[in-house]
Amino acid sequence: MSKPTCEESLAQIYLFLDGELDEGTRASIELHLEHCSPCVAAFGLEMELRALVSRCCREPVPRELRERIAAALEEMGRTAASEDGD
Amino acid sequence: MADQLTFADDTSPYMSSLYAAARRMTRNDADAEDLLQETFLKAYRGYGGFKEGTNLKAWLYRILTNSYINRYRARQRRPDETDLEDVEDFYLYRRLGGAESSVLGRSAEDEVLDAITDDQVRDALDSLPDTFRMAVVLADVEGFSYKEIAEILDVPIGTVMSRLHRGRRALQKALYEYAVERGITSPKPEEVVDVET
Repeated sequence: MSKPTCEESLAQIYLFLDGELDEGTRASIELHLEHCSPCVAAFGLEMELRALVSRCCREPVPRELRERIAAALEEMGRTAASEDGD
Repeated sequence: MADQLTFADDTSPYMSSLYAAARRMTRNDADAEDLLQETFLKAYRGYGGFKEGTNLKAWLYRILTNSYINRYRARQRRPDETDLEDVEDFYLYRRLGGAESSVLGRSAEDEVLDAITDDQVRDALDSLPDTFRMAVVLADVEGFSYKEIAEILDVPIGTVMSRLHRGRRALQKALYEYAVERGITSPKPEEVVDVET
């Protein structure tokens, strides 16, 4: 893709943002973006959306759950150790 | 071969993100907690078979995903790819791109994205059928590559791309509808993006 059009660039938008393009295609799209503000706006909106989704999906593990899992793992470890005759 | 003695230390950095993914998969707290616990216990039991130096995070996500599918999907109607209507590309951009904001110097897109609450984003995600929601969470929240997602979900890369792209478009439509409902933006008639080709 030497000089991609808007249509060609937009068709690759997700592959571009997901880091799934080969270096050459990526560079040619970056070059296109340097000169095309409508495409920059479209790519920017997609990027912001991903950041928004990512931010909204961060939820801390409840302390009680952390403790419950740690206790269950310890219990399994102990059982395994006693079965080994340690 | 990985050592069970170091399991807790090795896996604890991933607990938060696994919990967040479990939360989005199950869509409720109690099920997410059970799912996370089940994942850690299964992973502990299978840790001897995990090859050190390979992708521990992806391995844990695969256990999480399989546990979810076995545990919860069986009791639901089988989700079907046709459950998701086809949404056009750049759904939001076509409606908001270039539109004037009520505040000088700000774009209509920024205004909408800022006004949408975190709860609405989560609701919009939760409204997607399972398979699409999982692809979006693995890519957009966890940053897994298509190849990693394909391995985690045990589907071909082409299927990952299709679910991810369709899921993202459907998410945009759901967010747009929230924005219109709340009067953040007004509905715009069908319009084609004005770009040179």
